[in-house]
Amino acid sequence: MSSRSSVGTFGMLMSVLAALALTIMPLPAAIEAFRPDWVMMMLIYWAIVAPQKYSVGTAWLIGIVMDVAQGTMLGQHALTMCLIVFVTIRFHLQMRVFPLTQLTLTVMAMLSAYQFLLFWINGVAGVTAPATVYWGPVITGTLIWPALSMFMNGLRFRRG
Amino acid sequence: MVSQTSSNANAVRIPALGLRVAALMLLSILLMVYDNRNQQLDTVRRAIGAAVYPLQIVVDTPARIWGWLVDSSTSRNSLELENTRLKIQQRLTRAELQQLTALEAENARLRDLLEARDRISGDIRVAGIMSVDTNPFRHSIVLDVGSEDRVYDGQSVIDANGVVGQVLQTGLKTSQAILISDPDHALPVEVNRNGLRTIALGTGQFDQLDLPYLPNNADLEVGDVLVTSGLGGAFPPGYPVAVVSDVRRVPQQPFAEVKATPSAALNQVREVMLIWMDQPEAPESEANTDDGEVVEQP
Repeated sequence: MSSRSSVGTFGMLMSVLAALALTIMPLPAAIEAFRPDWVMMMLIYWAIVAPQKYSVGTAWLIGIVMDVAQGTMLGQHALTMCLIVFVTIRFHLQMRVFPLTQLTLTVMAMLSAYQFLLFWINGVAGVTAPATVYWGPVITGTLIWPALSMFMNGLRFRRG
Repeated sequence: MVSQTSSNANAVRIPALGLRVAALMLLSILLMVYDNRNQQLDTVRRAIGAAVYPLQIVVDTPARIWGWLVDSSTSRNSLELENTRLKIQQRLTRAELQQLTALEAENARLRDLLEARDRISGDIRVAGIMSVDTNPFRHSIVLDVGSEDRVYDGQSVIDANGVVGQVLQTGLKTSQAILISDPDHALPVEVNRNGLRTIALGTGQFDQLDLPYLPNNADLEVGDVLVTSGLGGAFPPGYPVAVVSDVRRVPQQPFAEVKATPSAALNQVREVMLIWMDQPEAPESEANTDDGEVVEQP
């Protein structure tokens, strides 16, 4: 029954906007490198629970907005987000029945792949950045995923 | 009825998903290549940037309210103290400024004698830094002025103590500036004491710049002030950049390891200044044809 819960397009949009706000929110310099990839995690979440509502095209557009908001190369986040969402949609049925630990590990793999793609594109374009910039978000993202998915589930079912 | 059950079914099959992803990937790669080669996508950026602007405002608001609260809750006593301090500082600065006017006139006279070009002087305005974090791969800041305020790409950004960075991308109402501490930023500088020219590279740390291209026998000491040389054309000459903090000469290495501390407080500034450079009218060739030989002297 879980997939039958009503997911409004509005709710989806708001959650992605909130994730984007969290992404550009200032943090102390010490923990800035450990900011989770909020937008990517939100997109993975929605790709698992509602792949019929949105697809790779939306993810791509959100990626473009992300590129503009962060000032990265136009298309960098778009490409990576669209690819990760594609993989998630392909395996969303398996991921729905995964126990939480297994799902968290899968998400960790996704987030690593996301960072690796960003790193790769940066390498081709000649942008150098310290390694913590890439590893920090994967670690915190994995730690936060269970809480985030439970929180989002709670929101979803209260509304539906 | 049938269509409804199929759209709500668990097993979702999105037609031609792989094909769509392939097309989108190709599109993003083309976009990236195009974006990297030439800056033709500025209008697209600006349009989407205008949509992101409200979000930036929302994120920036708490910091702004906090600043306002701090301002409005300072006691009368501390305000008076600050006022006195500022008055003294103002007096000192004005005294220095008097000297500067005389020096400037003298400088102009000497430059007249040498028939050298005037130094580039520019228009300056203050810009605020928005409490918005951006590009995780770069040291950058978001300014609250954009192309509406005549900000342009590559414009120099300074603060009261020295060079901060340069504008990387201008939006309509905001713009992004890269700091001199970014690992990909290089700045042509010269040593104020003897005019030794070199390049200062960012290190990714706010409090350190690298000067990797100085030979072991370079005349350089700890405490030397580095100023912009203006050679790159991006920065006006003569603005302080950093102070040399460490000189290590390794005999078997061709270059000395030199570190410098930026004069500007890169991670603490709240307000910066933008410089509009007035390009001097006369091109260089013209200045030389008048009486070219006179300029050449030992």
